[in-house]
Amino acid sequence: MISLAGRDILHSWGKFVLTGVGLGLLIGATLTMAGVYRGMVDDARVLLTNSGADIWVVQKDTQGPYAEASSIRDDVYRGLLGMPGVAQAANVTYLTMQVRHGDTDLRTMVVGFEPGQPGEPGYLVAGRRLLRGHFEAIADVKTGFRLGERIRIRRHDYEVVGLTRRMVSSGGDPMVFIPLKDAQEAQFLKDNDAITADRARTAANPALNRPGVPGLLDAVTASQTINHSVNAVLVKVGAGDTAANVAQEIRRWKHVQAYTREQMEEILIAKLIATSAKQIGMFLVILTVVSAAIVAFIIYTMTLGKIREIAVLKLIGTRNRTIAGMILQQALGLGLIGFIVGKISATLWAPAFPKYVLLETADAMRALVIVMVVCALASTLAIRAALKVDPATAIGG
Amino acid sequence: MDKGIHIEGLSKRYGEGDTAVEALKDVNMSIAPGEVVGLVGPSGSGKTTLLKCLGAVIEPTRGRMTLGGEVIYDSAQGGWKTPDLRALRRDRIGFIFQAPYLIPFLDVTDNVALLPMLAGRANAASRSRALELLQALDVAHRAKAQPSELSGGEQQRVSIARALANQPPVILADEPTAPLDSARALAVVRILNQMASQYQTAIIVVTHDEKIIPTFKRIYHIRDGSTVEEAGEGREIS
Ligand SMILES: Nc1ncnc2c1ncn2[C@@H]1O[C@H](COP(=O)(O)OP(=O)(O)OP(=O)(O)O)[C@@H](O)[C@H]1O
Ligand SMILES: [Mg+2]
Repeated sequence: MISLAGRDILHSWGKFVLTGVGLGLLIGATLTMAGVYRGMVDDARVLLTNSGADIWVVQKDTQGPYAEASSIRDDVYRGLLGMPGVAQAANVTYLTMQVRHGDTDLRTMVVGFEPGQPGEPGYLVAGRRLLRGHFEAIADVKTGFRLGERIRIRRHDYEVVGLTRRMVSSGGDPMVFIPLKDAQEAQFLKDNDAITADRARTAANPALNRPGVPGLLDAVTASQTINHSVNAVLVKVGAGDTAANVAQEIRRWKHVQAYTREQMEEILIAKLIATSAKQIGMFLVILTVVSAAIVAFIIYTMTLGKIREIAVLKLIGTRNRTIAGMILQQALGLGLIGFIVGKISATLWAPAFPKYVLLETADAMRALVIVMVVCALASTLAIRAALKVDPATAIGG
Repeated sequence: MDKGIHIEGLSKRYGEGDTAVEALKDVNMSIAPGEVVGLVGPSGSGKTTLLKCLGAVIEPTRGRMTLGGEVIYDSAQGGWKTPDLRALRRDRIGFIFQAPYLIPFLDVTDNVALLPMLAGRANAASRSRALELLQALDVAHRAKAQPSELSGGEQQRVSIARALANQPPVILADEPTAPLDSARALAVVRILNQMASQYQTAIIVVTHDEKIIPTFKRIYHIRDGSTVEEAGEGREIS
């Protein structure tokens, strides 16, 4: 026996390929949506890995520093360093800011860190580490900044001395790393008018400006302009200690929250990008339904166009099973073309996306199975129409 | 009993009650193997209904039909003799239609070879059988062509080859010459006569076609569902 489906596909391959390409672009979009989600998860993991920390110490009762605002005093790390099991502890700040680059503003996450400590970008693709204590920056390549360029963060100019990659915030903003002190200042830096107005307000407060207490006003003003807060302390655990145990000790003795790597991942993936994941899930459902509708519609119209031939085939003794098989194979063939086109197009256009798109083979295999199942289901409409065809109609009136 | 077509007391009623139509009333016909008979009658007289009953796509109301020496239907004995009417059509009946109705996505050879393949014969054997028939019908040179690349007459000859493919004892032709001009129509009838005697097939040709009616040796006239047998002119086709 010959394959009726195969012959039909070969005979009208133009129509088939065109439809397959259309379906394929849709499948490509679906694969890309899944890739966007995988990319977000992977970005989160890379963010955690590259920070080089075992434990994130943040403000009590918060899920900072990435998912929620967190503020702790910048001397907390000293206490942590004295605890058993803590090998390294360093302050870090995270702040989403517009960075001025030439004439344009770029939304970035500015990270303040101490060179040589956890929080420093894991590796550089170009340039060097920060050597001077001030006004140098390392930028993620996604910012588009180049080595030696000057960028402006708040009121100060920074020179880009190093480039790193895959360092983006959970929101997808590329990171710019600057020295901790600069970052702390930038977080609280006000414009000159605001500083003058603040000083005048402090001076006008009789409680802070007492005639009998010289120097009080100066001390108060100074304390207002210095920022003693950071967003988190990153801790590295010494060999022989588990992060879970050390984190538990930190929570017990210091009035702070401490998360291990696993807990941080849980916060980032399960909580922070949960809404995005649902959003993408909705999209996947809609795209699947649309693809199914297209396959059903195409196969149905193709079958209706062959009603006469189907009646003849039935009259000359073709079994229902053979006819149903022919339509099913065509639907599956369409699905296969669509999947191949989709996989190729997703692979081609994924790098052009602003956020990282991670196409996993396992997802592709899952998609293939879903496409095949959906195509099989979509062909039932056409199969039912074909089975209803009366062979007597071939004989005519 | 010989291996032709025998119809005894065949009746077919469409519908029930007031709207019932007696399309066939006690029809009796006999066609010997190798014989080609014409079935003519005005519109609505029951020609197509008779072909559909013989072709096992609709069930008669009453009567008995014998094809190729075997009773296929007997209302007195519970109707159809086999539950698998598809296999019956495939193995025992060849169909020729007004238009060729070839399968557009199969080439000429496979359009013919499809029938033996459906009957379970191997592809190679089916194709050599098809080529043999295409040769007999003088279209073997188009064996690899697609149906759409053939002329109307060539397509009709391929459809005749298809009807013969499983060597059925019976061929039912429903106005096979309607769309053809006089010369082509006569050529088709000549071929049907040749094939009938070559393969000992009993052939019924339903027709309105004045061009071919004089060629039949025997004609059944059908009017309001009843048949009358009549000798035809049996004119030789040059
Ligand atoms: N499915 C049906 N249901 C009810 N009545 C039918 C049906 N098919 C045919 N008839 C009626 O049966 C009668 C015979 O119809 P049939 O189609 O056999 O005529 P015919 O001789 O083939 O006509 P024509 O030359 O126009 O094709 C007609 O009166 C027709 O209206
Ligand atoms: Mg008719």
